[in-house]
Amino acid sequence: MSEIVLSMKGVEKVFGAFRALGPLDLDLRAGERLGIIGPNGSGKTTLINCITGVYRPDRGSIHFQGRDISHIEAHRRARLGISRSFQIPRPFNGMTVLENLLVPLDYCHIDGSKEERARSVLTSVGLAGRISHPSESLSQLELRKLELARALVGDPKVLIADEAMAGLSEGEIDEVLAILLALNRSGVAVIMIEHIMHAVMRFSERIVCFETGRLIASGTSAEIAENPLVRRVYFGE
Amino acid sequence: MRKNSFLFLAAVGIVLVLGFLLPWMVRNPFYFFVGYVVLQYVTIATGWNILGGYAGYINFGAAGFFGSGVYLSAFLFTTLGLPLPLCILAAAIFGAILGVLTGYLTLRIQGVYFAIATLGLVVVLETIVHNISALGGASGMAVYGPRPPAWSPGPSQYNFTVMLIIAVASVALARFVEISWIGRGLRAVKASEDAAECSGVPTLRLKLLACALSGAVLAAAGAPYPFYTSYVEPVTAFSLIIGLNAIAMPLIGGTKSWSGPVLGALLLASVQQIATVTISSELNILFVGLVLIAFVAFAPGGLADLFGRKPSGGAKP
Amino acid sequence: MFSIDILLNAIVTGILLGSVYASLALGLAITFGILHIPNIAHPTLVVAGAFFVYTLAQWGLDPIVAAVIGLVPFYVLGLALYLFYSRVFERRGGANVLQSLTLFFGLSLVVEILLVLSFGSELKSVNVSYIGSSLKFGALTVPYRLLIPALLGPVMIAAVWLYLSRTNSGTAIRAVAHEERALSIAGLDPAAVKRHAFGIATATAVVAGAALIMIGPVEPFGGRFQIGRVFAIVVLAGMGSIPGNLVIAIVIGVAEALVASYLNPSWSPGVAFAILLLGLAFRPQGLFGAAR
Repeated sequence: MSEIVLSMKGVEKVFGAFRALGPLDLDLRAGERLGIIGPNGSGKTTLINCITGVYRPDRGSIHFQGRDISHIEAHRRARLGISRSFQIPRPFNGMTVLENLLVPLDYCHIDGSKEERARSVLTSVGLAGRISHPSESLSQLELRKLELARALVGDPKVLIADEAMAGLSEGEIDEVLAILLALNRSGVAVIMIEHIMHAVMRFSERIVCFETGRLIASGTSAEIAENPLVRRVYFGE
Repeated sequence: MRKNSFLFLAAVGIVLVLGFLLPWMVRNPFYFFVGYVVLQYVTIATGWNILGGYAGYINFGAAGFFGSGVYLSAFLFTTLGLPLPLCILAAAIFGAILGVLTGYLTLRIQGVYFAIATLGLVVVLETIVHNISALGGASGMAVYGPRPPAWSPGPSQYNFTVMLIIAVASVALARFVEISWIGRGLRAVKASEDAAECSGVPTLRLKLLACALSGAVLAAAGAPYPFYTSYVEPVTAFSLIIGLNAIAMPLIGGTKSWSGPVLGALLLASVQQIATVTISSELNILFVGLVLIAFVAFAPGGLADLFGRKPSGGAKP
Repeated sequence: MFSIDILLNAIVTGILLGSVYASLALGLAITFGILHIPNIAHPTLVVAGAFFVYTLAQWGLDPIVAAVIGLVPFYVLGLALYLFYSRVFERRGGANVLQSLTLFFGLSLVVEILLVLSFGSELKSVNVSYIGSSLKFGALTVPYRLLIPALLGPVMIAAVWLYLSRTNSGTAIRAVAHEERALSIAGLDPAAVKRHAFGIATATAVVAGAALIMIGPVEPFGGRFQIGRVFAIVVLAGMGSIPGNLVIAIVIGVAEALVASYLNPSWSPGVAFAILLLGLAFRPQGLFGAAR
């Protein structure tokens, strides 16, 4: 068993009278592939926002590589190695594809040339031909790839892929999965939040299921598929 | 990139040399009187664009920063006898502080609130000046400017050269911001603040930096003004037309690059200076207002997009 | 020097002023609070309303009657403004907040200059028999020229609030910002609903304008001094809350009146702005989702 890279203890997030998340205990091991499923509004997005620092949790603590990050700003967490892609791609429009990747590179330490690093990442996700195009001109699949490339160019320890495959065709889903698997093989832990069930089942070593802000099930793909609680949430059984 | 920077520096050198030589070559001081205003607006438009154009945060209160520069410089000069360069520097520092304060209070929320706060800023600053008797209150104060040094033939020419130096320094600053990591970060903030933050960009600090630089340039633009008019009063120092031009000029020229505000200011300020002879200041505001609406509505990229090398074929949302 | 009379008078004046501010802010509560359109030209439209009332009053009409007559042309003006706004930005697939701010900024200047060109830049006021005297109540003195406009505010606010909460088209307006798709499914055209809402918001400007010019003289650029105030009210009331509007407006009115009595009247324009800044600085979480 590899070491725990990200650890959440008793994390809670409340909006007014609405408890959006928690209390939640969840660990992520280095290099793990964790899938997170659950219906809309079950707290998945709140969880990401708590991990990346968009929200501060109301209770509990989040440790990253043994360090308490519960109260540090989002951009600092990104620099420490927690990276994310957005559900709806948010390219830095007004810049070229290459410049999009130079933004995170401005704030991290990379051996060698930053431009070369950006080019090699763009090549690895299959955007080599689009390097000097403005990001406005990309197709939906290319935007997804840019989103991932931007998230992984800074050499993160954890990548959170928030519905990185929504709206893509089967062939395109395979492409994105291949990118994520290759990344994972290089030692990056990947948290995949996804509604496309067969993709998340294929990808994940472990899946957790959320409902109304709580973790209701945890296990391998096969265990989750047979879990009665999950089946009730998804199929009303 | 390096070649462009060399060209830019060469152009800066030529402009500066001209700024010192022209006063001895052109006899009529009227041209320098008019030229001063045009350069003042080049500075204002350039300063506004550092925050408004690159980061996408609209400052409606340019007149507040400008007026603060006017009053601070007038006060320091008349009561403490500070030399002009120090007055300009003090105005710039004050503008930076004012920018950071306004930004700190409003930038953590969304851009629209920052814009609204800057609308109120002018009213508040004007109220404060009205209530300070040392600044002459509502009636204003007379300022007898410094005697022009030996290298300048007269006060109009001297003011012109001083303003030219400020304008050139401002444009150089804006260009530096634009091509450096600061500009890249600000453009990322403009495109998507969340994504920028999650990419490691310290968005709040970067925006505050832009506020400070923009505020410094706007206030510096006002610093020589008391010596240009020999008289300062709240109505002209916090004039509506300054806040309007500060937005209209970059929007007309194009906000993406430093050259847009310069182009917009040269065009619009020249037209205004020619037109003031024939039309009232009200018609001037009406004209700029209509041009502003027309550009926002039909050409949000400004002249740079309309006639630029790479036509984007319509507007970007 | 502290006297209970001054305090009492200041508080009553503040409440009445606040009630007028609430009617000034009502249109913005609809456009900005509900539709999320940052219509910074609204205070200028109020001033335009004041000049409309002034014009009719010159012909001998009562300001309140003039305001009622003005409802229709101002409603139509609002429709036209929204049409222009949506035509400009819909072509780009949605409004950019910063561009719409700039558009309304330009628009307010154009309106102001048109007012200067048609009426001159001097202060204009109306004079009606019943607004010369004062209501005396012990130590309390309330001039009618403040009391009557202050009563207009709650009447109009109640009317708009009832309309928004009790009628179908009012409910559609409240829903349009969040549930645009649901409205289309229900067979309503969201664009038409928004246009209608913008029309109502602009129509309130003429009533607010009547209140403004009854209190005191108005000049074409007078809107500038109201911007901080009206935005403070709308934002702090909780975007789009009409009753909250009235409460916050009265708080600001009282604060201003206290500053005016105990400090100096020339400081009061800054009060609302200071309240807005403090509110934004210390309660950002409550306002965060507002401008989305």
